[in-house]
Amino acid sequence: MLEVRLCLERGDFDLEVQFSAPAPGITALFGRSGAGKTTLIHLLAGLLEPDSGWIALDGEKLFDSALSLNVPTHRRRVGCVFQDLRLFPHLNVAGNLRYGLRRAASQPQRITMERIVTLLDLGPLLARHTWQLSGGERQRVALGRALLAQPRLLLMDEPLAAIDVAKREEVLPYFERLRDELTLPIVLVTHHFEDVVRLATHVVLMDAGRVRAQGNLPTVSLTPELGALLGSEGVGAVIEGRVESIDAASGLATISAGQHRLLVPGGSLQPGGALRVQLLARDLILATAAPVGLSVRNQLQGVITDIKAESSHNVMVSLDIGGDALLARITTLAALDLQLRIGQHLWILIKAVSLRGHAR
Amino acid sequence: MPDMTEAELQALTLSLEVALRSVLFSLPLAIATAWLLTRRRFAGRTLLDAFVHLPMVLPPVMVGYVLLLLFGVRGPIGHWLYHSFGLRMAFTTRGAALATAVMSFPLMVRAIRLSLENVDRGLEEAARTLGAGALDRWCTVTLPLMAPGILAGAVTALAASLGEFGAVITFAGNIPGVTRTLPIALYSALQTPNGEASAARIAIISFLLGMAGLFAAELLARWMRPRLGR
Repeated sequence: MLEVRLCLERGDFDLEVQFSAPAPGITALFGRSGAGKTTLIHLLAGLLEPDSGWIALDGEKLFDSALSLNVPTHRRRVGCVFQDLRLFPHLNVAGNLRYGLRRAASQPQRITMERIVTLLDLGPLLARHTWQLSGGERQRVALGRALLAQPRLLLMDEPLAAIDVAKREEVLPYFERLRDELTLPIVLVTHHFEDVVRLATHVVLMDAGRVRAQGNLPTVSLTPELGALLGSEGVGAVIEGRVESIDAASGLATISAGQHRLLVPGGSLQPGGALRVQLLARDLILATAAPVGLSVRNQLQGVITDIKAESSHNVMVSLDIGGDALLARITTLAALDLQLRIGQHLWILIKAVSLRGHAR
Repeated sequence: MPDMTEAELQALTLSLEVALRSVLFSLPLAIATAWLLTRRRFAGRTLLDAFVHLPMVLPPVMVGYVLLLLFGVRGPIGHWLYHSFGLRMAFTTRGAALATAVMSFPLMVRAIRLSLENVDRGLEEAARTLGAGALDRWCTVTLPLMAPGILAGAVTALAASLGEFGAVITFAGNIPGVTRTLPIALYSALQTPNGEASAARIAIISFLLGMAGLFAAELLARWMRPRLGR
């Protein structure tokens, strides 16, 4: 568990954050570029010194301005995967991997070379020079190098930024494996919401040097702060569920989320796997009576918990579907026509093709 | 090539000895100076920078003269060296190496400094997060990445050392077998009646030596480049 409260002022930028990152799991620092995410990573690694505050890792202080305590970077055992990876050009892959491992010789070696080589499929790369590697391979080497230094916390700064979108699929499964197999807290900086949906167990929303919201993804997905970041098109509740079955004929997966069943395109989903689905607010249709004769595959029932005007012609309707919460954007006109009010019981319609399940 | 005389051979080996001693002596100092000038902010940094570069802009004879004042047996440093360690500097091979080192020092510092400025600080930060302390980082990351620049500096200084004339002849004199290096031997040959043939031979030797040095430097650089990921 990582707990942080930090302040830093640098010219016209100031950072003031308080958050925690549970272990095991991935905590995503999500926000626009310039929000202070990378600065925060540097503060956590000790490469920058905060003006005040504290950093505690598993109850042990790494920094505390009140105690004038500042553990130097090389003794913090905080692993870092930098945006530009920073592999040592004068060492080959094995040399890079061993760099941190050698210096952690006095620590109990919980993460062994064999384990990392297996986990990240590095075997064939060991003898290569770093410039002979593809983007995805470099990424894996940087990750392995950081982990072999036996860190108690792993920081990853936009680890996918250097990889083109088509190659992301090559790396993402490795991150998922790490998240599920290692017990240390991982802090991941990203400005791709899809990475958050796919990888994060916990989200810290940052904007202009402040934490705007934090918590698990389904909770944070409902906050107007996230909406402001994603833009009106990207707003929508994220719900978590499990793949019940995949129908080969229709290509649709049945997923269960709470007491509900939803159909989503099967894609690469595996039966029994955990997944997340984002239901975009603009894709939801509300009905006051049970509809018939529609092509829409998903019908849920819920109760209105809130209605907020978004603009002069749109309203955002918050719904409780028995445990999970959803957001639906409809026109003000429709809201008036249907005479929507808080507490009202509704049918919620979602086209299966508008959904995409993210295995997690 | 016509046969070299005993004296010419002596001048050649002496030149090599002086140049090697000068480079080996000044290399650690040049690395330290480059580090000070690049990585440290301190009062008098600009002054140190100017001072290091002085030999490039002063007449070599004047540098030799200043060395004579400082390192002569009656000079403040020379006196101390002689009475504490029995070391004589002026008019010795050691002195020739010192004069050469002072003259080639700015060249060496410039090359090393350039390579240090080009070392990606991000790589040092990465080493820090991997548990490497300051000295560890310097030895395992910074120095290896500077290696081509250090090599270039050393080779340039070596080549310049082989040709150093003014400061050496002023401070160390023109003593056959002790301080008469190739350029001084060339000068002496030209001053001697019927010395043209000898002068030509020394000129050719100097030329070949210079070419061999540049060639060796290029080969080394080529060998080193892939080892540094460039």
